[in-house]
Amino acid sequence: MSTAVATPKPKVLWPVNFGEFQKSVTSEPEWLKDARKAAFEQYESTAWPTSKDEEWRRTDIRSFKLSAFELVQPSTPPSLDDLNAVGPLRDALAAHYSTGIVQIAGQTTQPADSSKLGQVTLTDFQTALATHGDIIKKHLFQTVSPKGDALAALHAAIFRGGIVLYVPKGVKLEVPLYALSALTSTHRVDTSHTLIILEDDAEATLVHDLATTGDSKPGLHLGSVEIVVGKNAHLKYVRIQNWDDQTWHFSRERAVVDAGGSIQWTIGGLGSRLSKVNQETALAGPKASAQVNGVMFTTGKQHLAYFTRQDHQAPNTTSDLLYKGGLSGKSRTVWKGMIAVEKDAQKTDAYQKNDSLVLSNDARADSIPGLEIEANDVRCTHGATAGQVDPEMVFYFQARGIPAETAKRLVVEGFFANVYDRISVEPVRESLRAAVARKLAIGKS
Amino acid sequence: MSRKSLRIENLHVSVEGKSILRGVNLTINQGETHALMGPNGSGKSTLSYALMGHPNYEITDGTAFLGDINLLEIEPDERAKAGLFLAFQYPTSIPGVTMANFLRHAVTNVRMPDRKEGEDLISMRDFRKELKQKMDELGMDSEFARRYLNEGFSGGEKKRAEVLQLAMLQPAFAILDETDSGLDIDAVRVVSEGVNRVAKAQGTGVLVITHYQRILNYIQPQFVHILYGGKIVENGGPELVTTLEREGYDWIRAKYPNEAQVEDELESTVLTS
Repeated sequence: MSTAVATPKPKVLWPVNFGEFQKSVTSEPEWLKDARKAAFEQYESTAWPTSKDEEWRRTDIRSFKLSAFELVQPSTPPSLDDLNAVGPLRDALAAHYSTGIVQIAGQTTQPADSSKLGQVTLTDFQTALATHGDIIKKHLFQTVSPKGDALAALHAAIFRGGIVLYVPKGVKLEVPLYALSALTSTHRVDTSHTLIILEDDAEATLVHDLATTGDSKPGLHLGSVEIVVGKNAHLKYVRIQNWDDQTWHFSRERAVVDAGGSIQWTIGGLGSRLSKVNQETALAGPKASAQVNGVMFTTGKQHLAYFTRQDHQAPNTTSDLLYKGGLSGKSRTVWKGMIAVEKDAQKTDAYQKNDSLVLSNDARADSIPGLEIEANDVRCTHGATAGQVDPEMVFYFQARGIPAETAKRLVVEGFFANVYDRISVEPVRESLRAAVARKLAIGKS
Repeated sequence: MSRKSLRIENLHVSVEGKSILRGVNLTINQGETHALMGPNGSGKSTLSYALMGHPNYEITDGTAFLGDINLLEIEPDERAKAGLFLAFQYPTSIPGVTMANFLRHAVTNVRMPDRKEGEDLISMRDFRKELKQKMDELGMDSEFARRYLNEGFSGGEKKRAEVLQLAMLQPAFAILDETDSGLDIDAVRVVSEGVNRVAKAQGTGVLVITHYQRILNYIQPQFVHILYGGKIVENGGPELVTTLEREGYDWIRAKYPNEAQVEDELESTVLTS
């Protein structure tokens, strides 16, 4: 006879008053309340990440104090000042894209123009819950599990607001849409959830900017992105993170692409004090494909960590990942990639590459590519490079009359060109180019 | 316009602490064409890199003036603005920077030396027109303008691109460092015609660095110099080329035993590096 010994619950480093939070979401459907409750239990039984966890080994969050951020009480509605502050960010997007949605700290301040959406839904989470409850219920937390770690569980328990893009079967939206998730000087916490669903044969493009206006103050994004791409559906999703340098950015993101479907997924990592992002693509049906692009530029003491996965679960699937990062100051980037090919995923063609350009002696880039291959008829290649601006290149520019500073700028811009060349949403290339140029000017000192 | 000269006096250059040039004297006037010949490792490329200001080449003694500008005191980009051009033997590839973009920056800087960083580049329209014309003259497909500079270019394409840059920048002095190597005879002719066109129009002083007589049939020098053991040991006219072609360097070796010893040391360095 043995005595059952209860596993002691780990001590919760950052207690959260979930009861208080629940009072603010009483109007939500029962299934969602239950899901949040389960996720909160998960949070309470999951240890806070430490440097002993593989994904946190190089990413130290000991100076992150969860208690510094209001998570349980809903934030006040954005003020006129907030609205004015996000105006320029919105206008920059509105100039290029058909219509879009603007949110401050997860609350919608400007809905999308439905006359331009046709049968497509681009709205906030609460509205989608009311109009497309069944679809939300079917997909929420199915792609990104709340069980990932304590932060993933906490997000699932207490997330507030977010953006939903739903494209019904066979609907092809030619014009690109935008979404803006903003933090302002008074609204510093965003726990929103992004859900993108393309049914079979659907097509859409969404450009999603995450940005801060106003003075830099401690901020938090604890978010998640779930993407479902149906059979023969095609999605282009661009997500540019450009928070200020005091904002903590935690995001778990995963796309599942069904047979014959494709995703072109572009990530920009420009802002934040510290980012920890999991970006995963699952190719779940035959002939599904993914192109993943990453553009990072870090300055000062920024720390950006990306964990990518390319999960090949079906035969004849292709994935192609290219992450490029420029680093200056004392900043640091971490990229850890994994191509995982399941037994049945024969004829997989997978590629992953991470190139870093290190512009200062105090900056550091870690690149860790990985392969796990169970099928025997596959083509998987990976690579990583890290280097500094080649002095021979600078001399060549100088020999043609171009000063060294301009030469370095052109070399850095050129470094990113082959990833820009892949991005087929034209204005995104330009806005990334401009964003990198701005960061380059900051990072020069 | 008064003719300038490029005056090199007693130039001593070291690379990684090793003395390569040991007192080079050479004066080139605008409108003249000179050839600099010499065996491998004699320091021909060192002279061109040192004049252009490559950071690895340390000037230990001597002077180099372009007109009244002391080249050795200014940055490479300022040397280019002063009118010095070097066609590289092995031009570097610049990923992600198109040839057109590179050249537009170069032309802007060289033609408007007082322009401040951040001010407008030369007009895109005029630039494109001029670039297309110069590319046509060199038999280059205009598609090259959109390609990343030297990336995936063949040896011949790189040399042509160097001469295109020469044609666009219209310098007072041009050094061609083994521009003929790796080119077939037709390409040597096209590239040489390009150089001659610029030289004639601009009165460019040209220094052709080469191993072979071939390119000198097309770019005909009035003055020929032999660099040996880090010094210019012979100065003459075109007849020197013929002599070298016929007899090689043995007679030089016999005539200049001290330099021959230096040459042997330098050559062994080249072989082991």
